[in-house]
Amino acid sequence: MSVEEDFPRGGIVDFDGLRRPVCLAYTPEAAVGDHVIVHVGFAISVVDEEEAARTLRVLRAMPDAIETELGS
Amino acid sequence: MKHLDEYRDPALARRLLGELRATATRPWTVMEVCGGQTHTIVRQGIDELLPAGMRMIHGPGCPVCVTPLEIIDKALAIAARPEVIFTSYGDMLRVPGTSGDLVGLKARGADVRVVYSPLDAVRIARENPEREVVFLAVGFETTAPANAMAVLDAAKTGVTNFSVLVSHVLVPPAITTLLEAPDNQVRAFLAAGHVCAVMGWTEYEPIADHYGVPIVVTGFEPLDLLEGILMAVRQLETGRAVVENQYVRAVRRTGNTAARDAVAQVFRVTDRKWRGIGEIPASGLALDPAFAGFDADRRFATGDIVTRESPACIAGEILRGTRLPTDCQAYGTACTPRTPLGAPMVSSEGTCAAFHNAGRGLELR
Repeated sequence: MSVEEDFPRGGIVDFDGLRRPVCLAYTPEAAVGDHVIVHVGFAISVVDEEEAARTLRVLRAMPDAIETELGS
Repeated sequence: MKHLDEYRDPALARRLLGELRATATRPWTVMEVCGGQTHTIVRQGIDELLPAGMRMIHGPGCPVCVTPLEIIDKALAIAARPEVIFTSYGDMLRVPGTSGDLVGLKARGADVRVVYSPLDAVRIARENPEREVVFLAVGFETTAPANAMAVLDAAKTGVTNFSVLVSHVLVPPAITTLLEAPDNQVRAFLAAGHVCAVMGWTEYEPIADHYGVPIVVTGFEPLDLLEGILMAVRQLETGRAVVENQYVRAVRRTGNTAARDAVAQVFRVTDRKWRGIGEIPASGLALDPAFAGFDADRRFATGDIVTRESPACIAGEILRGTRLPTDCQAYGTACTPRTPLGAPMVSSEGTCAAFHNAGRGLELR
């Protein structure tokens, strides 16, 4: 994500290669390089990288109980 | 892509399913409210992998589906006017009104344009000062901040040829209505992560407490949904009923304060009719009187509209979760995504379209 200063505050968000203008008025804390969640052209939340990593750690710690059941 | 591939990891999905099977001792029924979540659940077959007897009921969280027929008919009446450029999200264009849809009107020469954001509609108004530009402002708490900003932007920059036809809806009153229904089967809810990214979850706390239902704020990827279901089942198994947050990476308890403030400035809460469900008190947003000048309904005085639904369509029961698309006589025959009789077959978030896209029940037709 990169920031352009105007009203309403805007920036460019890279959606896996597709770059689009996005309104950043509701995420004043968003900085260049952040991941944001975008809805109808508006960033509504900045992704918390630490929490994202923590959730995945919890999931990875679960036992793979049905691995054999599904034959994989 | 980061945050997408990771939350679609099949190995982790298997672990979550294993944990869910080890946890669930009873055939619990859980509702995912949001249509985006319905599509992931049906496309990935998550509902078919759940422990025996456990069921997902698909909720009313499809903005296109619940927008009242009167609003669609008003949109058609306004869009037909020669001075109007009518703008909308793409998925509203094929929603059937009493007679025809916006796509048909466009084919007959009306200036109907698809926009990605309501700010695009304001830009079109700025570029076409001799025309009237109207935006169809529908959706849940997620789209309300965008529409609020469009109105604030137009007001601040003196764009007077812009107006909005508003039919916003709010999730918590709909959940309460479902819980009050005598035939309610839902024991726990997955609340839509993006609605809560805007509004937070404080409004859900009294609902969880009063009705004794677990409510889990949940994201949209397969692992999010599986973890959300697991968190709901853990609560059900231990007799707890509180609001929990699965979507920690994106949602905070008080939501997005800047977005909430803009919504509170531009809109006020009103009673709202939901297509297929009926009127729900205090379940919608209308323009605040201070912004009445941007009200398309007032500007074009569309007046009383006589509406008529397709008699074959069971959209109301689909939206309440009491019947499945495959229960409908018209599903996959008279009603398909190309020839929709009702809104749930149109939208990318509609349950009927989700079933049809996944080929559910079509081999029998």
